[in-house]
Amino acid sequence: MMNTGSKHKLILLTILLVLAIFVLSGAPMVGMNTVPVSAILHPASGRMESDIFWKIRIPRVCISFLAGAGLAVSGMAFQAMFRNPLATPFTLGVASGASLGAAIYVRLGLVFSVLGISGISFSAFAGAILSILLVYGLTRARRGFSTTTMLLAGVAISFFFSSVILFTQYMSDFTHSFRILRWLMGGLEVVGFESVLNMAPFVISGSAIILYMTHELNLMMTGEEIAISRGVSVWKTKRILFFATSLMVGGVVAICGPIGFVGMMVPHICRLLIGADHRYLTPATLLFGGVFLTLCDMLARTLIAPAEIPVGIITALLGGPFFVWLLLGKSSSKRGIL
Amino acid sequence: MENTVIEITRFSFSISSKAILKDISLNVKEGEYISIVGPNGAGKTTLLKCLDRIHKGGSGDIRIAGRPLDKYSQKELAQKLSYVPQADGRISPFTVYEFVMMGRYHHLSPFSSPGKEDKDAVHDALAITGISEFAERFLRTLSGGERQKVFIAAALAQGAKVLLLDEPTTFLDPKHEADVHRLLARANRERGFTVVSVTHDINSAVLTSRRILALKNGAVAFCGFADKFMNNEILQKIYEKSFLFVKHPQTGKTIVAPEVP
Repeated sequence: MMNTGSKHKLILLTILLVLAIFVLSGAPMVGMNTVPVSAILHPASGRMESDIFWKIRIPRVCISFLAGAGLAVSGMAFQAMFRNPLATPFTLGVASGASLGAAIYVRLGLVFSVLGISGISFSAFAGAILSILLVYGLTRARRGFSTTTMLLAGVAISFFFSSVILFTQYMSDFTHSFRILRWLMGGLEVVGFESVLNMAPFVISGSAIILYMTHELNLMMTGEEIAISRGVSVWKTKRILFFATSLMVGGVVAICGPIGFVGMMVPHICRLLIGADHRYLTPATLLFGGVFLTLCDMLARTLIAPAEIPVGIITALLGGPFFVWLLLGKSSSKRGIL
Repeated sequence: MENTVIEITRFSFSISSKAILKDISLNVKEGEYISIVGPNGAGKTTLLKCLDRIHKGGSGDIRIAGRPLDKYSQKELAQKLSYVPQADGRISPFTVYEFVMMGRYHHLSPFSSPGKEDKDAVHDALAITGISEFAERFLRTLSGGERQKVFIAAALAQGAKVLLLDEPTTFLDPKHEADVHRLLARANRERGFTVVSVTHDINSAVLTSRRILALKNGAVAFCGFADKFMNNEILQKIYEKSFLFVKHPQTGKTIVAPEVP
């Protein structure tokens, strides 16, 4: 596990890729009802099993994978650029900014779409950008602002936005209020491919940008001064990363609401497994984040079927102990967490 | 060969309207070894950071290899200058090889992997600094002295011919201090690196460098040959204390001796 040879890393990535394919094709099969092969082969047959498979399970698996991948890789980027193990879309206030954007969209009863993508995703994206600029703007206002101070500012802004959301919800009529509340609880229950098509462009374009910036992320993690002296335009890099992470967090939060834990823990788990080099860490985090949330959601909807456990409970129940186990391991003490 | 690589003319710099550097002028020639000394808070580190554009702005003129500093992109500047920061105690979770390879950033394009030239530069830098055997170890598992050599190796791998070092030997034990001085001297003499080193150690400044720049309260207090620097009047003006002098047994140069209270 501690070997740093690129061969080992490629093998690990291949294993993750195979696992992802296996989970993506296996997860839709699992559920309360068994789906016969004939129902899968004839999506338009109008049979109930066929609809369950094609209109409920497949979209849900896609959403889980995209959300897991997007949140995890956003967390990874934040941790690297701020050199802090606690930097995540949640602690920096980005997720609550996105939530506020989505809540305002619902409250105002807005309905618009651009290129087939619902306006709620753009509102969430705008909220995410706004909050990260706010948090980062605060840190730029005075010199000597440490990352710890920035995280505190992020948490404060996060609480502030949450209150604004609750206020928005309180002031809404019954239908809007229920929609906001249900969505705030977070969840992956979607029907049909519309949500997938809404989320995919955000997560895919955001991830593509992050994959393009792996050298810069490596250098940011060694510290801003070293990054600058090696030739990185740090401020430009930060702006691009803010944009990419806001895209992903906005895109995910607009559909699923805030889902915690994945963005914080998956990057750490992957760093302990494959090392801190973002050329390998980024694809690993994307795959592992996707696989992890898909598996958690599979358990969430089958363990006490026909009822469902909120997926957040499963992510923390499974991921928490696994992470602690890695923390206590050899790799962690040699490498350090961040 | 006597080209001027760094040309600072009447440069001033302030942070939130507090003047940190005042009217600094300095020329550094190619292949020179120059030490920057001065009391705490004199602006030594700030001067290095301004040269490498970690701090931006300031008035006056700075030219690197004849070209104004603000005309360089950060990547172009990385081909001219490399910087070894003061150890800040934060250790990134990379291996020595990974870290030194990052010195090659300005040669790498997105999605690309290091080529033969990059690998050769890294192996060469590891060999000069004598840390080839550590290549696969994590930075965290190294001692402070070993880690400092890694930082210098990364700066050498970068391929820039001017090294800016901020207190490279502070916190090092005598062996590692001697190692670092030796490898900097070799890089300077055998490989033609220009060395600009900030230090608190007056003796090592005098023994290693040809010229010395002393700053006090952000202004130049002395700039000239090292032997002229060892003068009680000059030192007393800069450090506000008197010094005892002795002859260095190997070189015959004047150095300061520690005082007994």
